[in-house]
Amino acid sequence: MNFKHKFVFLFPGLFVLIGILIFPVIFTIRLSFSGWNSYTPEMNFIGITNYIRLFTDDPRFWESFFRLSFLSVTTVILQYVIGFSLALMVWRDIKFKRFFRVMFLIPMMTTPVIMTVIWRTFFHESLGPLNDILGFFGLGPKWLSDPATAKITVIIVEVWQWTPFMFLLLLAGLLSLPKEPFLAAAIDGASAFRKFVYVTFPLMAPISIGAIIIRLIEASKIMDTVFVLTSGGPGTATETSSFYIYIKGLREFQMGYAATLSFTYLVIMIISLTIIAKVLTKLMIKE
Amino acid sequence: MKTIKTYVTALISALLVFSPVAYADKWSDQFPHIKATGDIPGECSYESISKKNYKGKTLKINTHAVPVMGEPTALHAEQFEKLTGAKVEVTHTPAGDLYAKAMVPFQAGQAPYDIVFGFSNFINDWKRYLEPVPKKYTEMRQMKDVTKSHIGVASWDGVMYQFPVDGDRHYLKYRKDVIDNPEYQKKYKADTGRDLRVPRTWKEYGEIAAYFNGWDWDGDGEPEYGSAEVMKKDDLMYAAFFSRSVAYSKNPRTPGGFFFDLKTMKPLINNPGFVEALTDWVEATKYVPPGGINFGLGDEIGSFGGGQTLFSFSWDDALIAAMQDDSPIKNKVAAAPLPGADRVWNRVTNSWENQYNQAPYIVWGWAVGVAKQSKVKDMAFDYLCFFANDANHQADLAIGRFGVNPFKKSDFDPNIYINTMGWDPEIAQSYTQTLLDMEEKSTNRVFPLRVPGVFEFTSAVATGTSKALAGQLSPQAALDEVAKEWEAILNRVGKDNVRDAYAVGVAMEDNKL
Repeated sequence: MNFKHKFVFLFPGLFVLIGILIFPVIFTIRLSFSGWNSYTPEMNFIGITNYIRLFTDDPRFWESFFRLSFLSVTTVILQYVIGFSLALMVWRDIKFKRFFRVMFLIPMMTTPVIMTVIWRTFFHESLGPLNDILGFFGLGPKWLSDPATAKITVIIVEVWQWTPFMFLLLLAGLLSLPKEPFLAAAIDGASAFRKFVYVTFPLMAPISIGAIIIRLIEASKIMDTVFVLTSGGPGTATETSSFYIYIKGLREFQMGYAATLSFTYLVIMIISLTIIAKVLTKLMIKE
Repeated sequence: MKTIKTYVTALISALLVFSPVAYADKWSDQFPHIKATGDIPGECSYESISKKNYKGKTLKINTHAVPVMGEPTALHAEQFEKLTGAKVEVTHTPAGDLYAKAMVPFQAGQAPYDIVFGFSNFINDWKRYLEPVPKKYTEMRQMKDVTKSHIGVASWDGVMYQFPVDGDRHYLKYRKDVIDNPEYQKKYKADTGRDLRVPRTWKEYGEIAAYFNGWDWDGDGEPEYGSAEVMKKDDLMYAAFFSRSVAYSKNPRTPGGFFFDLKTMKPLINNPGFVEALTDWVEATKYVPPGGINFGLGDEIGSFGGGQTLFSFSWDDALIAAMQDDSPIKNKVAAAPLPGADRVWNRVTNSWENQYNQAPYIVWGWAVGVAKQSKVKDMAFDYLCFFANDANHQADLAIGRFGVNPFKKSDFDPNIYINTMGWDPEIAQSYTQTLLDMEEKSTNRVFPLRVPGVFEFTSAVATGTSKALAGQLSPQAALDEVAKEWEAILNRVGKDNVRDAYAVGVAMEDNKL
């Protein structure tokens, strides 16, 4: 096989990569230096004007970014804890193991937007069933209309929807663990708690880090839940970066500025997630 | 012989007299949607459109999601197909994406859709991509029936770009069975010392709504509430805020701009009139149903239309929903003009004028245009003309979820609602009179903002006011933030660009167009 033939095999993959990854990124970068909007419908060049605006005159973007950080870290931690617990539960020989495994996966199989509409109806404070039931106990939380509670509601929906993903990855990890360390621990008379702390958890660390990072990447794009459930409200209480970028780009049609936000956000996320991955590796994997 | 002649003459006369009825039966048999009226003769009636032959041609339409406007679009598309042989492809899009879905291909010089539905305040951004409505349609009888306000809303500087299919304005809706109830009137007087009546001012609206909040005043075993309002951020809430603001800020003695001072282009959004309105609105969070701060338009329609609240104000839909045959509160509601205020801000003297003021808000509504790049413009305009023909329009008006509301002078005949929809005559009278007075008689109207970058301006209002409603900022601080953002938008768009466009709306408000 000569040199040219190698390229014949390489090019299709390369073209796909350029088409679906490189081109959109380059286009977004170019767009971020333009003032394309509803009244200037062209890819003009305005230098770093959009970047200056972002870093000097757009506190709302940064507020939405810190809000997003809080929401995504909280939801992923909860998903990890609950997902791991459920995986440990069905990892053992319990009755109806298969039934539980399927049941725990159901939320992930549903369409997020449809499920969020159902959750919104469920949490509706005057017409929804939840407060009707809680009303018997004299309770009536403001699920969607109080800035603090609305954040909790978003977290509940996200945790419900995506814990199964964590469960699936962690269960796959548990099923692939070698049996010998557990047998050795059993011979040494280790309690269930010690087995978890000294055997299961360390062995699961690599896959845990992978699962957490994947979920953090996904959680940092949270949009549909916020869009349907609260529209970023009340006020700006649940407005996240991606929802804010959506508003700027597709509601206000500031395409150039939205591209600036998107690209900046992409850079921040790459840096943050790299740091998080390194920190988690250091904390969870002992040499 | 004489007898035969008499019979023949009588038969021919009868045929001539009853021919429209004969047509009506013919078409309503095939199209039950118009069974209440049958076909109504006109330029785009079923009879006229059936004579067109569009076989082999395809019409592509982008409209709103079902049901509001999306359902009538699809229904009339199906009817149009049957009548003309055309193929009509209807795409349904969520409200928030209608603008971008048309604008992106427009800017790229493409026309994936022949007809695009949107809102009337898109007109400034869309007009360069839309085909002006041909003279043939602007001069037909059907168009002559459209009110002056809605001809203005569909046009830009005298050129019609949007084909009128819907009419919109905000007005007050209230529970007539409560406000007119002598027992409640007596009780209210005894408890508050005031008269229970249709509120004339927003302060009175708030007092009555607060009184009737949180208890079972209609005896259905469930608590009812004071008011249902569109308060959810970005879900048309800014229009609700403007409805509450017009009474305090639209001063007929200070022409030259409601949103901006046309001369200086200084935003007026944080003047004491707007702040007073936002202060009232923050107060309203105490008398809306639980979760009311998160109510979008659909929630507002469901809440008032379902009998949950005493008051509501926004588009027609909540009232129409309440008046549908399956509604538990049919003929228990009525319409009235938006409340006014006991004082109005004078931005020239920088002081309050202590006199009653009321201003109708002719809010933006559904609008539709034909793409300049379309290759089937004739068919597209015929479809729109058919959509809004008298028979379709009257049938659409009766279905709340369709979102089609009065915009023709003939819509303000109470008999339509009494005879075809079973409305109580007094309610039909109050409804049509309220609308007619706003449209044709008022000289203190406010029209929607229709300037370049309109969504940046309204989005800033939604963000600021929602922060105030959520308690994140005081009304003054929230509107100061909005004004600052408006200044920034003006600088980006260019003050002169905005001024040129805004001047058209101001001329309408100042009764010069």
